[in-house]
Amino acid sequence: MIDDRPHVLHPKYDVVVAGGGPAGLGAAMAARNAGAERVLVVDREAEAGGILLQCIHSGFGLHHLGEELTGPEYAQRILETALDDGVDVLTDAYLLDIDNDQNLKLLSVDHGVSILDTRATVLAMGARERTRAAIRIPGGRPAGIFTAGAAQRLVNLNGVLPGRRVVILGSGDIGLIMARRLTLEGVEVAGVFELMPYANGLSRNIVQCLHDFDVPLHLSTTVVEIHGRDRIDKVTVAPVDDHLTPVLSKAWDVPCDTLLVSVGLIPENELSRELRLRLDPTTSGPVVSSTMETSRDGVFACGNVVHIHDLVDFVSAEAELAGDHAGRFASGVRPPHDNVRLQPGANVAYCVPHTVTTDQPHTVYLRVRKPLEKSTLRLRDTEGAVVHERRLRYVVPAEMVTLKLRPGVLDGFQSDALQVEVIPR
Amino acid sequence: MTDHDTSTTTSTYAYLCIGCPLGCRLEVDEDIHGDIIEIRGSSCRKGDRYAQQEHTDPRRTVTTTVAISGAIWPRLPVKTNGEIPKDQVLAACEELRRVRVQAPVKMGDVVLDDLLGTGCAVTATRDMPAAGNRTAQASAMEFGDRSVTTGPAR
Repeated sequence: MIDDRPHVLHPKYDVVVAGGGPAGLGAAMAARNAGAERVLVVDREAEAGGILLQCIHSGFGLHHLGEELTGPEYAQRILETALDDGVDVLTDAYLLDIDNDQNLKLLSVDHGVSILDTRATVLAMGARERTRAAIRIPGGRPAGIFTAGAAQRLVNLNGVLPGRRVVILGSGDIGLIMARRLTLEGVEVAGVFELMPYANGLSRNIVQCLHDFDVPLHLSTTVVEIHGRDRIDKVTVAPVDDHLTPVLSKAWDVPCDTLLVSVGLIPENELSRELRLRLDPTTSGPVVSSTMETSRDGVFACGNVVHIHDLVDFVSAEAELAGDHAGRFASGVRPPHDNVRLQPGANVAYCVPHTVTTDQPHTVYLRVRKPLEKSTLRLRDTEGAVVHERRLRYVVPAEMVTLKLRPGVLDGFQSDALQVEVIPR
Repeated sequence: MTDHDTSTTTSTYAYLCIGCPLGCRLEVDEDIHGDIIEIRGSSCRKGDRYAQQEHTDPRRTVTTTVAISGAIWPRLPVKTNGEIPKDQVLAACEELRRVRVQAPVKMGDVVLDDLLGTGCAVTATRDMPAAGNRTAQASAMEFGDRSVTTGPAR
């Protein structure tokens, strides 16, 4: 039975959260727990829960909830908790605009256009997938080319198969998960092709999604042309050399009626740009302080809109931090001022947060550029002196590195910047 | 097939460890009776245990969807409430393709109680409310007596 009571929209909120996925719901709960009276989550879909609703496989929650759940279970769990905590959730709604005084323009199925006033805002819009266009594969424009996540939605929510014989480009986890998902639904997966010399997904997914079903994985190989008039009928693939340039003399054709591209995610930052927030060109997300506050006072961000996370568990942890500080901000508590910038050094693509304080514990997430066995994570000051060191057994770009900065680590540290590097040992 | 110079060794099997991102390449040597002689390539005990399990009795939790009538979506996500033998995974999915349930469904509801004689039940992994006069794209999710609905259906 669906409760059809109309949702009441208030003109003033303490915290408004853009996006009802794990980041948004987590932040909203934390804001409530930090004392914010009125907290509203706005989501454009008919149901809150975000991308978890279509991730029907298991592997979620091991770190954050201490048990292994499927995506829909994780989503339902946090949505129920958020509603219990008194969070307001408005679905079928878009946040169109935020002005400098945090007046929000909202468009919703139920209320049309509304103007709301909020004390603090949390950006939790998540990410969208890179498409064929983003990687510029030559060839025609026939039907049958999907991002892996779009195919996942078709199969798991709409109950529609994208095709009968599928080629997957990219070995990220979503592509691997879809290789298994389609196989289980009786679709033939002709192969997974990966430009890099190593797989981008977790070894667990390589084994359980590819090896289990004898799906071939071709490393250092990419799609160089798409063929077909109305519908795709084959792709040409070719191995690449050390400079990632395709060796066309060794190319071959793979017949297929569907191509899935799983070539990464891009944080969805239209609202952030609207707000003219400072963005990090590497993460494509906002620059954030140790409280997850963006370059604008009272505007916080968390989850994949900031940087792409491997696990929803890390998103939930980050969301708690952002929501907690947004809740405090709404009650008039200013976040502490960070005094140290983190700068990515050798083999480090980025660090989040971008700044920290010397007197508080912090969790810093970073991503390496290249895989390394036996390496050292090193923090140096601007003079080059080593401030902190930790040995790492292995690092891969697909796996975020977590650095716990405990109080004491930066004792006596005087400089205003820390260089973070991951180097061979 | 093997480079392990033992007269009793008949075969070597390769596995990729899933315990951590290191992804150790494991090798299991087996004698003519099918007993494990040696496990090589692991860098921790977790790897040894994994190789042993994968070699003797590989099992998987299966997640898939079944058809549902009268709901806001046409598919209901489900999972096995335990691990079933790996070689039964495809047959299990085929079996589940024949299942159709009726909305409403609650998370944890049993969809099939003994999947292919494995002793594992298959359960729903979310609540699925009845559609009423809403379509999938213009509906709201409902949990118990609390609702996330945004207003009357139109």
